[in-house]
Amino acid sequence: MSLSALRVAIIVFPGSNCDRDMMVAVERLAGRRPALVWHKETSLDPVDLAIIPGGFSYGDYLRCGALAARSPIMEAVLDHAARGGAVMGICNGFQVLLEAGLLPGVLVENAGLKYVCRNTCIEVVDGTGSPFTAGLVPGQKMVIPVAHNEGNYFAGDDDLQRLEDNGQIAFRYVDSDIHGPANPNGAARDIAGIISANGRVMGMMPHPERAISPELGSADGATMLTASLEALVS
Amino acid sequence: MSDIMSAPHQHPAMTFENAASMGLSREEWDLIRTRLGRTPNLCELGIFSAMWSEHCSYKSSKRWLKTLPTEGPQVIQGPGENAGAVDIGDGLAAIFKIESHNHPSFIEPYQGAATGVGGILRDVFTMGARPVALLNALRFGAADHEKTRHLLSGVVSGIGGYGNCIGIPTIGGEVNFDSSYNGNILVNAMAIGLANSDRIFRSAATGPGNPVIYVGAKTGRDGIHGATMASAEFSDETESKRPTVQVGDPFTGKLLMEACLELMASDAVLAIQDMGAAGLTSSSVEMASKGGLGMEMDLDLVPAREDGMSAYELMLSESQERMLMVLKPDATETARQIFEKWDLDFMPIGKVTETGRLVLLKDGDVACDIPLAPLVDDAPEYDRPQAEVAKRPVLASADISDDRPVTEVLTELLCSVDLASRRWIYEQYDSQVMADTIAPPGGDAGLVRVHGSRRGLAASTDCTPRYVEADPRTGGAQAVAEAWRNLSAIGARGLAITNNLNFGNPERPEILTQMAQSVLGMGDAARALETPVVSGNVSLYNETDGSAILPCPVIGMVGTIEDIGAAVGMAPAADLTLVVIGQTDETDDGWLGVSLYARNLAGNPVAAPPPVDLEAERRNGLFVQQQIASGAVAAAHDISDGGLAVAVAEMCIAGRTGAQLTLPEGGNRHGWAFGEDQARYIVATADAPALLAAADLAGVPAATIGSTRDGGELQFGDEGAISVGDLSNLVEATIPALMSGG
Repeated sequence: MSLSALRVAIIVFPGSNCDRDMMVAVERLAGRRPALVWHKETSLDPVDLAIIPGGFSYGDYLRCGALAARSPIMEAVLDHAARGGAVMGICNGFQVLLEAGLLPGVLVENAGLKYVCRNTCIEVVDGTGSPFTAGLVPGQKMVIPVAHNEGNYFAGDDDLQRLEDNGQIAFRYVDSDIHGPANPNGAARDIAGIISANGRVMGMMPHPERAISPELGSADGATMLTASLEALVS
Repeated sequence: MSDIMSAPHQHPAMTFENAASMGLSREEWDLIRTRLGRTPNLCELGIFSAMWSEHCSYKSSKRWLKTLPTEGPQVIQGPGENAGAVDIGDGLAAIFKIESHNHPSFIEPYQGAATGVGGILRDVFTMGARPVALLNALRFGAADHEKTRHLLSGVVSGIGGYGNCIGIPTIGGEVNFDSSYNGNILVNAMAIGLANSDRIFRSAATGPGNPVIYVGAKTGRDGIHGATMASAEFSDETESKRPTVQVGDPFTGKLLMEACLELMASDAVLAIQDMGAAGLTSSSVEMASKGGLGMEMDLDLVPAREDGMSAYELMLSESQERMLMVLKPDATETARQIFEKWDLDFMPIGKVTETGRLVLLKDGDVACDIPLAPLVDDAPEYDRPQAEVAKRPVLASADISDDRPVTEVLTELLCSVDLASRRWIYEQYDSQVMADTIAPPGGDAGLVRVHGSRRGLAASTDCTPRYVEADPRTGGAQAVAEAWRNLSAIGARGLAITNNLNFGNPERPEILTQMAQSVLGMGDAARALETPVVSGNVSLYNETDGSAILPCPVIGMVGTIEDIGAAVGMAPAADLTLVVIGQTDETDDGWLGVSLYARNLAGNPVAAPPPVDLEAERRNGLFVQQQIASGAVAAAHDISDGGLAVAVAEMCIAGRTGAQLTLPEGGNRHGWAFGEDQARYIVATADAPALLAAADLAGVPAATIGSTRDGGELQFGDEGAISVGDLSNLVEATIPALMSGG
C-alpha cells in the first residue's frame, strides 16, 4: 500500500487552530488530503489514523481538552481506538487524549507560569512497538517547536516508572544549542510525548506539523510524521 | 416593526450638563440642538457624543491626516474602511491596520491588550481577509516604575491570550520604556490578512428594505462609552472606570472569524462592519451613512446578555466579538445556518431604509430618530493652534569624551532595557501557528509565506519617540524610514503603511505641533518611499494629570519579497566581510544628538536628532534589497538605536560568531560606534569587492569595517576582545531579571 492510500481524519473542534496546518502537512507528506471531521459528527468513517490537532478547543474553558473530550465525535474516536485504531494528539490534542482517558497522566500549567512558543530538541526514547516511533531510531534528535501554556506532563511516581518500564515514553526534551532550558515546561522526566500500552495512541506537546521544511526552521517534523505514516501503511 | 412617521419623544430631554459629562463642549452641544431642531434624549445624545468623540470623528487630526499620500498603483483600499488593502500580486490583497488600546490597557492590562488584538483582527476579517499575522508596538513607563512589571506582564499575556487562542501568529513588534509612559502606556496592535483582490468586503449599506443582521456574541453592559473614555485625559480617578474596559473572548472571536469567512465565501453579504469603538452606534451609523441611506433597528431584538438594558446601553456597549451585516434577503436562511453551526447568535434586528435617518425602537417606542448627515458630515473639525518648534543645536561629537573603551560602552547599552533581548516577551506569543512563519520575532522584520506560494509578506512596526520629541517632522519621517529599512534588511520591499498616532492633549499647542509636524514628515517619507498610508488610528489625550507622553506616531509597514528562499536574517557565519552601507553625516564622525548613547550615557543634552535623507533611504534600501535578492548578502541588519557597534554586536549574538572591527583613524570613536546616522545597514558578504563595486555603480556609499570570525570574540581595533557568548547571556538576562524583580 502506498502512503496516498492511507486514510487520515483530523478532528475539528470549535477552537482548534492547527487543523489546517496538520492537513497541509499530511497532504504534502502522504499525497492525499485528510478528511476534516466536525466535532458534532457522531460517527467516523473507517480510517487508519485519527489526529486530534492543536489549538484551544472550547477556548480551554473548564480545563484544557476537558470539553472536547466529551464532544459527540469522541465516542467514535474512542471506538476507533478500542478497535486498535491509531490516534495521534498534538498539543491540545494530547490534552484531549488525556481527558478522554486514552492516555495516562495530566498536563498542568508550565513551570514558568507562562505560555511558551519556541523550538525544542526532542529525542526518540522508544523505537519499537508503536507506529509513532517504529520508523525512528532511539536517541534520534529532532528540532520541533512547542507552543502552549499547559504542557507540563505530570503523573505519580509509580505511573511514571510504569511508563518508563513499559517503553511508553516516546519523546523526551534534551539539551541542544537552542536558547533556554531543554525542558520548556517542567514536564516530569522531561517527557514530551507518550504512547499507550498497546502503542496505538500517541500524544505529544511539540508540533511536528510546524516543522516540515527548512524555511520554517526545521524539517524534523516531516521526518517524524512521515515515519508514522509509513509505519501505519506497512 | 412599525414604520415611523414623525416621532414623538417621550424621553426626558437632556441638558448641557449631561452633554458635558459625555465629553461634549458647549459649542458641540449647541450644534447638536441646532441640527436636530430640538433637544436630544439620552440615547440620541449618547450617539452624538460617541460619533463626535475624538476617537470616532478624528476632529483634531483630520486636517493633518488629509495631507498624507493615500494613493498608488498598489492601493486597492485606502483609509476610510475597516482596514486598508494593497495588491501583492497573484490576485491577492494584503489587508491591514494598526489600532491603539492604550487607556483600557492601563486600567486592566490583560483585557485591554487582549481586546485590542481582538478588535484589530475583526477589522481585518470584516474585509473578507483571513488574518495571517499580528504585530504590536508597546510603550511602558520606566523599568523601575512600580507599575511597569505589572503592566508589561499583563499586556504581554493579554496579547498572547487572544492571538494564541484565535491562532494567528505574532511575528513582530517593538517594546520600549520611558518614564513619560508611567501613567499612560501605549498598546498598539496590528493585524494583516490576505484576501482575493476581487473578494473584498466593504461597509456601505445597500438596498432599502434589505435586512440588517446582528451576529456574534451577546451585548452586555461592558465598555459602555469606551470611545469617549479613549478621548479624555487620565486622572487619579480613571481606575474607577474599570467597568468601561471591554472583556474579550478569543474563543468566540475564533468562531466569529470562521463563521464570517465561511459566509463571505458565498455572495450573501452586501455590507459588513464590525462593532468596535462605540459598538452598535458606529457600526450602524457608518454603514447607513456610507451607503447614503438610513437604518431602522428594533433594539428589543438585540441579543442581550443582561436583562433590562436601555436603548442607551445597547447602543453604546462595546461588548466584543460582534458584527453587523446587511444581507441579500434570500440569503438570510443560509447565513443563519452557518452561524448556528458555529453556535453564534444570528438575529435580524432591522432594515436598510431610504430616509437618511437612524431610527431606533425600544419597548414599542421610538428611542431615537435622528438624521445621519449631521452625525457624520457635521462632526466638528478643528484647526487647533500650533506652537513654534524650537530649533535644536547639533551635538558635536568633539564635545563628547570617548575615553571609555567601545566594548565597555557597548555592553552597557546592549544590556539596558532599551536594547536587551525581547525573548521573554515574544516567546509568550505563538509565532508559528499557521505554519507559514519564515522569520519569527527577534529579527529586523517578521516574514510569513503567502500560503501555498513562494512569495513572502514582511512587516515591521517602528517609531523613535525621542526623535519625534526633538524634531517632530524629522521624527515622523524617521519612523517610516526605519520601517522601510527593517523590511529592506531581510530583502523585502515596503508597499504601504498603516499609522497609529499616539499623542497627548491636542488642545495644547505644543502637542498639536508634535502631531501636525510628524504627520507632515510621515507624508514626506511615504511619498519618497512610495509607501502610501492605507489605514490608521489616532489616539490623543495620552496624558495623566496634565503630563503628556513622548510623542509616538507608530508606523506599521507591509511589504513583499518574491521568493522567501532569498530572504536573509541578521545571523552571519564566520569569515564574512562586514560592510556598512550608507554613510555618516559629512559634518561629523557620527550623529550622537538624541541617540540612545547621548540619552543614557552622556547626560541627554538637548540636541537635534539625526537628519533623514529620504533619497538616500530609498537608494540604499533598494540597493540592499537587490543585493539580497541576487544572493550577494549572507546576513543584514539595519543600523538604528545604539548605532553601528550595537548592530554588529546584535549580528554576532544572532550568528554566535565573533568579529574583528577596524576602528577609524582619528575622530571620535564613540561617534563612530554609537552615532545614529540614518539610511545605514550592515551586511555580511563573502565577496566584498563585488559588493563594493556594485555599491559604487549604484551611487551607494559602502565601506568595509571588519569581518566575522571563529572563536566567539568581538574586538574593536586593538581594544580588549569580549566574549559574544558572555554578551549574549547578559543581553538575555535583562528583561527576565526585571520581571522577576531582580
